[in-house]
Amino acid sequence: MIDWLASIGRYVRAGLANLGLQMRTFGAMLIASAGLIRRIRLVTDQVHFIGNYSLVIIAVSGLFVGFVLGLQGHYTLNKYGSEQALGLLVALSLVRELGPVVTALLFAGRAGTSLTAEIGLMKATEQLAAMEMMAVDPLTRVLAPRFWAGVIAMPLLAAVFSAVGVLGGYVVGVVLIGVDEGAFWSQMQGGVELWADIGNGVLKSVVFGVAVTFIALYQGYVADATPEGVARATTRTVVIGSLMVLWLDFLLTALMFS
Amino acid sequence: MSPLVDIRDLHFGYNERPILSGLTMQFERGKVVAVMGGSGSGKTTVLRLIGGQIAAQSGSVVVEGEDVARLNQASLYRLRRRMGMLFQHGALFTDLSVFDNVAFPLREHTKLPEAMIHDLVLMKLHAVGLSNAASLKPSEISGGMARRVALARAIALDPQLIMYDEPFAGLDPISMGVTANLIRNLNDALGSTSILVSHDVHESFLIADFVYFLSQGRIVAHGTPQQMRESEDPYVKQFVNAQADGPVPFHYPGRSIDELLGLTARHD
Repeated sequence: MIDWLASIGRYVRAGLANLGLQMRTFGAMLIASAGLIRRIRLVTDQVHFIGNYSLVIIAVSGLFVGFVLGLQGHYTLNKYGSEQALGLLVALSLVRELGPVVTALLFAGRAGTSLTAEIGLMKATEQLAAMEMMAVDPLTRVLAPRFWAGVIAMPLLAAVFSAVGVLGGYVVGVVLIGVDEGAFWSQMQGGVELWADIGNGVLKSVVFGVAVTFIALYQGYVADATPEGVARATTRTVVIGSLMVLWLDFLLTALMFS
Repeated sequence: MSPLVDIRDLHFGYNERPILSGLTMQFERGKVVAVMGGSGSGKTTVLRLIGGQIAAQSGSVVVEGEDVARLNQASLYRLRRRMGMLFQHGALFTDLSVFDNVAFPLREHTKLPEAMIHDLVLMKLHAVGLSNAASLKPSEISGGMARRVALARAIALDPQLIMYDEPFAGLDPISMGVTANLIRNLNDALGSTSILVSHDVHESFLIADFVYFLSQGRIVAHGTPQQMRESEDPYVKQFVNAQADGPVPFHYPGRSIDELLGLTARHD
């Protein structure tokens, strides 16, 4: 019984210590970000890099999600004779939920893993130690630019996802099934609020950008400096990143739309 | 003149496991000092302590009059700008070209115009014989060349102290000789002090002014390479003459092979 309690205590203590270390690293990285103001090029290079990584998979996924929304939406709405609302359903589903969430999940799998592996390998090959010995802080030079690049890229990618998704819904709903084109666009235009829907969607994707990018960077930064360590860290990025996105989505949806 | 690096009664360990105990070493200015010993003797740990990457449990490491463990990050970084370190495998930035690797410390720490950085980088690369490899990526050059690029990067800011972690490991005999000569010549040309961590007796003795021998975290002998060659110390003799058995046993300590095979009765 005592052993059991002790093991729970150890587990909780280790968890809290880990959380504390994460928060300290996060704080130190934010402070280190001040040095980036004079070197904005480091961030823009990474936005270009990270954005390019994920653009194709995001656009293709957005298109297929739009196709499916068009089909399923039409199937349900048709039952109630309100298929004209298809455009509104597709747009709201995308900008409020699917755009930010699916983009963040894909981002964790595509760019997140690549960030973790990159930082983990830099650690394993002593590149981070070499940088420190050259009196250059890896938090400023390596982590912070990638972090801000992820935070900037995520809403842009989510916007691409939603825009392509709407086109997908249009192709299936209007071109293939024959929903009225005017109704499709005018219902969408009338029903989607700029701040309540699009604004909250963008806010969600910024929050996801902070969470997923930091998790990816942190996992690489604390990875064991071995091939197995980097492999484990990459897996953790996807698992923790994805779960965090879904949990945050529930939290944010409850706060924003309830 | 006081030594550039002064280590006094240093104790360091991970958790309960001691790595270095009671270490006292002086690194005189302008000299090439070799720190030698077998794998796991704590040689690299000495370099990491001098660079302030880790802190000792007790004792002091004083570099240029400053106690490394007591410095805050800003002061430590200021001190590190006067140090250069060559990592065992070079630790080149794989996403940058050879040129950009050498230019990295110059771009980070100086406001020199790009034209001047270009000339400086080419001069540093020329010093290690690789000015024509400037546009290559680290993945396109051999291990020995990578080590030389890393050396050019380590000396980019003309450091007072250059530390070498196993610079000869894994090199062919030609690259080994080239690297050894570079270490000696650069040290003399820059007027700096070099600390050379190595287990390669031949090359190290050729270029070192002074040698420390470490075994199990303690200094077992020190002196000039000539004194070490003539030393009667059993550990130094075993190491210098590469004998399989001696104070450093061939067998990992524990039970005898007879006991392990069950050929003798155990007395417990």
